[in-house]
Amino acid sequence: MKDQPGYRILPSEITSESLFFERRSVIQALAASASLGFAGLAEANSERGNIAAPGKGVLSDPKFVKNARFSVSDPVNSWDEITTYNNFYEFGLNKDDPARRSQQFQARPWSVEVGGEAAVRGRFDLEDILARHPLEERIYRFRCVEAWSRVVPWLGIPLGDVLKRFEPTSRAKFVEFTTLYDPKRMPGQRSGVLNWPYVEGLRIDEAMHPLALLVVGVYGKWLPNQNGAPLRLIVPWKYGFKSIKSIVRIRFTERQPQTSWNKAAPDEYGFFANVNPAVDHPRWSQAKERRIGASLFASRVDTLPFNGYANEVASLYRGIDLRRYF
Amino acid sequence: MSTTLPAYGYEPAVWLGCLLPLLWLLAAAFGVAELTLGANPVRELLHFTGKTGLNLLLLTLCMTPLHHLTGRLEWLRVRRMLGLFAFSYTLLHFMVYVVLELDLDFSDIGREIIKRPFITIGLVALLMMLPLALTSTDRAMRSLGRRWQALHRLIYPIAILAVWHYYWQVKADIREPLLYAAALTLLLGWRLHRHRLRQHRQHRQHQR
Repeated sequence: MKDQPGYRILPSEITSESLFFERRSVIQALAASASLGFAGLAEANSERGNIAAPGKGVLSDPKFVKNARFSVSDPVNSWDEITTYNNFYEFGLNKDDPARRSQQFQARPWSVEVGGEAAVRGRFDLEDILARHPLEERIYRFRCVEAWSRVVPWLGIPLGDVLKRFEPTSRAKFVEFTTLYDPKRMPGQRSGVLNWPYVEGLRIDEAMHPLALLVVGVYGKWLPNQNGAPLRLIVPWKYGFKSIKSIVRIRFTERQPQTSWNKAAPDEYGFFANVNPAVDHPRWSQAKERRIGASLFASRVDTLPFNGYANEVASLYRGIDLRRYF
Repeated sequence: MSTTLPAYGYEPAVWLGCLLPLLWLLAAAFGVAELTLGANPVRELLHFTGKTGLNLLLLTLCMTPLHHLTGRLEWLRVRRMLGLFAFSYTLLHFMVYVVLELDLDFSDIGREIIKRPFITIGLVALLMMLPLALTSTDRAMRSLGRRWQALHRLIYPIAILAVWHYYWQVKADIREPLLYAAALTLLLGWRLHRHRLRQHRQHRQHQR
């Protein structure tokens, strides 16, 4: 897609030389780790974040390191605020539907199909994808397109590090993500509110940005079902709907993916969907946001360009008219 | 006419029923009995007061048809009360929007009313309700005579604007607003049908 504005990545940047020669070892490692299950099954009894393992018992809590460099210092929202107020239409349209209606959902075992413009393709177990990367805790601001926001301690791995292992080719200009489609397990998919399955996408340079996070946990626990278990995206400088949940497919594409909300209402939800206080949603202002957990009488706070991550990501969009490509 | 009817227990019952949503709101706002407005209390208050106002508005519109269908006057006696509660919840909805959602920032309020058509029509509907609420007394009814009925037909455009306002602000799932639109179509259609029948009858009487 040559007319895509601001497409700046050179083909040589996508597969680094060292990575190219590492290819064999990556493939071998992927194959070897296929047999690696969850080593630590424990009878954990904490009241939150208990995730059933494929066999019996409960997964032990994830091990992680805190990444202060990529964390904001804003006060973090509570576990309840993060896990009872969710937009996850696969489990219903009300904010409390996902928490109530996803309890039976089994997020393990889980695999992800990787395809498109990449040298390494196929179906990979979630454990294999995670095995080679240390989990990081990053405290990110999260801004919903509905003008509310919160601060969340996610656990994840940099999306770019994972994507590089699949060796995207020079034709890979975009990455497309797809949510599980299974109306039996996701009752919200029985209604035709959106075109299922949910699809999101990023330009490849956005996907490779160190802030883009592939998330598997929150608050030191594995992701609860209502937050997009077991694997979701977090792109903190974009509106929340870009951060697709329960990912089963990753595809490298040459053309810009057809994303769900953009298809449903192109005048309201753009492909880029960068947080931008200067560009209103047609039906409400994006200049301010309401912090979840604030008191009833608290004022809204100002929304920041790129959700406060302008220093890190604004250069990705140099020369682009952000009003047109909202 | 209402003074000649014996007072039954239904009036206080309807009154209490109309107060229940407000009691729930207060209980949830203060966390009584583990009730809560959730993680986004302002949004919850906004939606709840708006929805309650709309429900009561449509309920008000049910009273005249129920009176005609059953021949009982009780429906008309609670109609005014329902209408006034519909107005009160809608006013509360507006207050929540202006005070809690927009923090009484008058430049924001002005801009939103002008820029967002669904806010504009919501406000127009509320303003149209004002003269109806003010002329809801027995005295106003008597002094306005036939003009009172003409004035209170404003409730039809008000209801149309209210349902439209609801339909327009929904993000994706328009099923519920469409249900309200269907109910409103039924209620207004019934009146139109009755009106036509009456005209037809009058027309035939003239011919004889």
